[in-house]
Amino acid sequence: MSLTQLIGIFLAAILTENYVLCKFFGICPFLGVSKKLDTALGMSAAVTFVMVLATAVTWPIYTFILVPKELDYLQTLVFILVIAGLVQLVEIVLKKYMSKLYNALGIYLPLITTNCAVLGVTMLVLDKGAENPSFGYIASLVNALGAGVGFLVAMVMFAGVRERLEGCDIPESLKGLPITLVSASLVACSFLGFNGIVDRLIG
Amino acid sequence: MSEKKPLINELTKGILKENPVLCLVLGTCPTLAVTTGVSSALGMGIAATAVLVCSNSVISMLRKVIPDKVRIPAYITIIAAFVTIVQMLIKAYAPTLNEALGVYLPLIVVNCIILGRAEMFASKNGIAASALDGLGMGIGFTAALFLMGSIREILGAGSWFGMNIPLLSQSPILIFILPPGGFFVFGMLMAAANKLNSVADKQIRGTDCASCPMSESCRGLDEEKECVK
Repeated sequence: MSLTQLIGIFLAAILTENYVLCKFFGICPFLGVSKKLDTALGMSAAVTFVMVLATAVTWPIYTFILVPKELDYLQTLVFILVIAGLVQLVEIVLKKYMSKLYNALGIYLPLITTNCAVLGVTMLVLDKGAENPSFGYIASLVNALGAGVGFLVAMVMFAGVRERLEGCDIPESLKGLPITLVSASLVACSFLGFNGIVDRLIG
Repeated sequence: MSEKKPLINELTKGILKENPVLCLVLGTCPTLAVTTGVSSALGMGIAATAVLVCSNSVISMLRKVIPDKVRIPAYITIIAAFVTIVQMLIKAYAPTLNEALGVYLPLIVVNCIILGRAEMFASKNGIAASALDGLGMGIGFTAALFLMGSIREILGAGSWFGMNIPLLSQSPILIFILPPGGFFVFGMLMAAANKLNSVADKQIRGTDCASCPMSESCRGLDEEKECVK
């Protein structure tokens, strides 16, 4: 797999396949913690980290253990346990050796287990690999990283939009989540504009 | 929650008063993703209901056996087992539905409704009540998905269950089946539910925030409206 292709995968994962705005993964944290810029950044950094790590671990487990033993129907069960274990492990390691980062991420770390973006990425890269054999381990990792960065881009952009919303005069029943969803719809609209750009750029 | 109230209440509360999607705002990811058509929305709803009823009953059965400290991993394992069973059944008997739902089918595992009900209800109540609660919540979820799916398919594709609707099918509003339309319809439905709720009853939100698995992340959400009673 050439470098250009890898860059293409990375950009596509951020823009055209944006996990939040185009695939609807991780909507709960997207709506929940995008109210302030710093929490949005902390959450997406943690998610990106776990996404790459989870893909790095689940890909070999699936390819070298589950498939040869014909246990691939256990995918869901194994992956969710691996992710839960990883999140726990990351938490312990960070607490011990990088307490600054640990404090910054705070409560967001344990919540990542139930973030469907992480489980979604680990499964989607395997689907892609099944369709296209050249989509190997490295490409999967790049895709996971791109998905994480895409999550970050969406969260940070949307945090900005939400800060502007606070001072607006909104009809009573639209206050709170409904208006947030409507503005998410507009942000998603802008991401639709990226369709096709990446393909043409990379050729 | 309600040992004295009749069991039927457990069934009905999930459908309207505590509708998991529109009032408790749980399980938003599948709600937005699979509602591009009515049939996939219904399929998702039924699959999630099946998992919800089974996991709620089993967790309620084991609630005295599972130690408190490891309860979340234990719940996730139970839920994942049922999701795998449902996934295999759908693959075998409804391959088109399997294709339509794609990766969102295994993602039922991380659907907050299921873990939320396990934590909030099944871990504290008897088997019959938990199964009924699961069924009610599942029906509420399915109903919300059905509504969203209908609106999006009728407006966005000009059809309903794949049947063309005259006039609309000639120039459908494509944006409704694209991602932005999903956010928009969901927002509007939630606004309508807010309106109805505030008219009907001010005390509609009976959520127990402390036991909600999303409580920490939704603290920043809408303080006065969504999670504080």
